[in-house]
Amino acid sequence: MEFMGYVRPDGKVGARNYVAIIPSVTCANDVANAIHNQVQGTATYLHHQGCCQLPPDLERVTDTLISLGCSPNAAAVLVVSLGCEGTDHERMVKEIAATGKHVEIIHIQELGGISKAIQAGTDIARQLVIETSGLQRQPVDVSNIVMSIKCGGSDTTSGLASNCVIGYVADKLVDLGATVIFGETTEFIGGEKLLARRAVTKEVGDKILKIVDDMETRAKSLGCDMRKGQPTPGNIEGGLSSIEEKSLGAIVKSGTKPIQGVLEYPQRVTTQKGLWIKDTPGREPEILTGMAVTGAQCMMFSTGRGAPQGFPSMPVIKICGNPNTYERMKEDMDINAGLIIKGEKTIEEVGEEAFAKLLRTLSGEMTKNEAIQYFTSIDIHCLGPVI
Amino acid sequence: MSLNLALKVSDLDNVATIFANDIKDGTEVEIRDKKGNSEKVSVIGDVPYGHKIAVKDIKKDELIIKYGEEIGIATKDIKKGEYVHIHNLDSMRGRGDWKK
Repeated sequence: MEFMGYVRPDGKVGARNYVAIIPSVTCANDVANAIHNQVQGTATYLHHQGCCQLPPDLERVTDTLISLGCSPNAAAVLVVSLGCEGTDHERMVKEIAATGKHVEIIHIQELGGISKAIQAGTDIARQLVIETSGLQRQPVDVSNIVMSIKCGGSDTTSGLASNCVIGYVADKLVDLGATVIFGETTEFIGGEKLLARRAVTKEVGDKILKIVDDMETRAKSLGCDMRKGQPTPGNIEGGLSSIEEKSLGAIVKSGTKPIQGVLEYPQRVTTQKGLWIKDTPGREPEILTGMAVTGAQCMMFSTGRGAPQGFPSMPVIKICGNPNTYERMKEDMDINAGLIIKGEKTIEEVGEEAFAKLLRTLSGEMTKNEAIQYFTSIDIHCLGPVI
Repeated sequence: MSLNLALKVSDLDNVATIFANDIKDGTEVEIRDKKGNSEKVSVIGDVPYGHKIAVKDIKKDELIIKYGEEIGIATKDIKKGEYVHIHNLDSMRGRGDWKK
């Protein structure tokens, strides 16, 4: 089975062919965005990190931005640096260039300010787009797929319909030799023992229990009940009474296959195959970045309440489990899993529809959020304080 | 008349999830499990779409079970058919407010 993808110099396969404009620090966002707005075929990542953070977080932000640049959905990269930030922008250039991509960098302070940096960056980005936009898609085996999965704006239909559909697709991809990544460590709380039992080794199982314990400890550190933070007011209105109930429905989307290991937040997929966990919070701006940095060409996203989020360079396929929401928000939803709740279709039938949409998306068909460019609210998840 | 369905996911569950609109106090719903067993019960309380009812009497401090797993603890006695949500179910995780 094949899809049509862009084969990169390092052998990875992309589903999109963007020139990535990467601000190395939040202070470079406006320049990066101005270049992006001027030059078509570019994607940018307007995050809020990269300075006045503790060294482990600065390294985490550097590594995250490197992995974003290494994603096969990026054809070439322009790093936009302020010049005095805490992240290591020279390492960004070096490590992204090691994939064989054309990488350039500009420094706002060195160029003499904002308008000069916008002009220089625009000229470079235009050249990078001209260089890479003629690349043709080629047929490639589905084992090249790295699919990320996520649920957001969940309600009680999520665990019984839309997450079951994603679980079906995840199992199918693993059987076909592809890679599937799921996360949302907060939403393992209450279901972590079920996940640990599916780990390939005791070591991996223990790691799953540890990341959940660490996340729960951080959540408890302010001395209050987590409820309303997780589950959210929307989840509660949708019938989810506790984090345990939300988690048990959320982990359904991982399917039934063995869990091979846990990836750290900035880590990208190199040779990993099968089902993997990425340690991330549940909130969209941070988890979508965490998933895109794996090198996932696409995300499958389940919702019940109607979460509209996307990511600048990773198409997001929305699977809606609530039939009432689907009717209200069908312009934003790619797949209707509400028909499962209504008893009109089976999980397998909707699962096959979702799988077919995945292959078409990987081959170039846009998702609904992508076509309407709803994807700018992103961020990088850090562990320490802003100082 | 459309079917007012309440789905019980696992045999171990003491709650079922209602997937029907306009369920008011006294409305009759049909609790179904995955094996096709069904039982009619009269709902106690107004229950929004996707929310839960008890499928048996649950005592205060008893665990509430869905998917065959614990989803919380009853904070008061709950009658069969009664609406179960944050007013009578407490989460047992992420409780920074609970003393160690």
